[in-house]
Amino acid sequence: MINSHDILETINMIDHENLDVRTITMGISLLDCIDDNIDKACGKVYDKICRYAKNLVKTGEDISKEYGIPIIHKRISVTPIAMLAAACPTMSPVKFAKALDKAADTVGVNFVGGYSALVHKGFAPGDYALIESIPEALASTEKVCSSVNIGSTKAGINMDAVAKMGRVIRQAAELTADRDCIGAAKLVVFCNAPEDNPFMAGAFHGAGEPDCVINVGVSGPGVVRAALAKAGSCNITEVADIVKKTAFKITRTGQLVAKEAAQRLSVPFGIVDLSLAPTPAIGDSVAYILEEMGLEQCGAHGTTACLALLNDAVKKGGVMASSHVGGLSGAFIPVTEDAGMIEAARSKALSLTKLEAMTAVCSVGLDMIAIPGDTSAEIISGIIADEAAIGMVNSKTTAVRLIPAIGKQAGEELNFGGLLGNGPIMDINPKSPAKFISRGGRIPAPMQSLKN
Amino acid sequence: MNAVITVLGKDTVGILAKVAAECAEVSVNIVEVTQSVLQGMFAMIMFVDITKCTVPFSQLVDSLTAKGEEMGVKIHVMHEDIFNAMHKI
Repeated sequence: MINSHDILETINMIDHENLDVRTITMGISLLDCIDDNIDKACGKVYDKICRYAKNLVKTGEDISKEYGIPIIHKRISVTPIAMLAAACPTMSPVKFAKALDKAADTVGVNFVGGYSALVHKGFAPGDYALIESIPEALASTEKVCSSVNIGSTKAGINMDAVAKMGRVIRQAAELTADRDCIGAAKLVVFCNAPEDNPFMAGAFHGAGEPDCVINVGVSGPGVVRAALAKAGSCNITEVADIVKKTAFKITRTGQLVAKEAAQRLSVPFGIVDLSLAPTPAIGDSVAYILEEMGLEQCGAHGTTACLALLNDAVKKGGVMASSHVGGLSGAFIPVTEDAGMIEAARSKALSLTKLEAMTAVCSVGLDMIAIPGDTSAEIISGIIADEAAIGMVNSKTTAVRLIPAIGKQAGEELNFGGLLGNGPIMDINPKSPAKFISRGGRIPAPMQSLKN
Repeated sequence: MNAVITVLGKDTVGILAKVAAECAEVSVNIVEVTQSVLQGMFAMIMFVDITKCTVPFSQLVDSLTAKGEEMGVKIHVMHEDIFNAMHKI
């Protein structure tokens, strides 16, 4: 029999500490929808998504009710659309984005990811057209998310793609300037992108994945913070232990939901993503965990060390709780989606340079950061190149999701609403890397790639 | 198949009876009950067997949640596996 203390602890986590399963994401392969007639291809895409995901939202809601655990998002990731666009080179791939958006509406999911291209070593047919079309695709749809992988530890960094993505991010923001530049908030530039990531905006269904799969992303920064607060003034070894134990419990919930969803939908279970994903809700912040460890405010000296400990302990606790672990797995630090990060950025305790250091030890990268509207494409490319270099050398995923706030300056704010949150526009270093970016070519893969 | 019903809130007369009556009506068998009063707050935990439940589980969740609101207490009805998953290796 389960003891009553455990029962009340679980209920307290859900009721007061924001414990939830962040997302059930169904990965769907669209390789069998390839057609040289783009309208036919879009029809097949729409039909397949609607057929496979018709019960996804209802199943998620049923599981949520039966187990009493909130499941915040039900989402879909698909094969990188560049692979489908390759078959119809004369047509704009935006039609695919519209088909995805329509399918997302029909099945009731709140995001669909996979308007993506993988160009870490170079551009294949379809890639160039897709990347060019990203700003229009994101401006003319609501639920479509886009990502581009521009580097990897194995391949190095495609600097032509880096240069291009600086321009694409600016255009995505410009085309949605009347909506707080939200286009750029739905676009991620990756190095070492995982093929099974359930989290948006970077989710896509990799070519090595099965036809259909269920991936689950867990969450729970509030639970970790509460556990640390309860422990009081223990030493840092004990802090790591508490995080591990808490992460284990959080992840077991995700594993249960993932297995149950996979079984009910008759779809293979893929992975659980061991993540601490914050939301702008008070108490659901990764920054607050770092502050609970003993920092006056997130961004203070010591932040990178605290985050490294947190990220590592989350993985150690989570890995035993799940039979298959994957995705991004670690602590997320999206600035506009985390109440503590927003406060730290507003008070200038947290700077872009500190965030860059933090990305070397966290699960992803420079995420949801608003930058001045007059930031040049070359500077954005420079930021992407720096971030990709950290990922490439450290054999980890890094990503950049920057929002140039068109018409606004540092100190002003952007407000996306909902989970994308709001936040101040952060200062950047205005010195130009234009000559470096314009060289093009490829940064060779580092020594770390030669493992065979 | 077992579920756990928890009732949390201000102690009033007849909470146990009302929840038990609701269970009996849909053939949910009460296996064990523990209750305590923590800092003036009432906490009751009920293990129930829902194998013969005559309504879908989600309907039981809804009706008991509504009953809780009526009585001014918070009632959770959760499948026991969530607790097993979280607290047992």
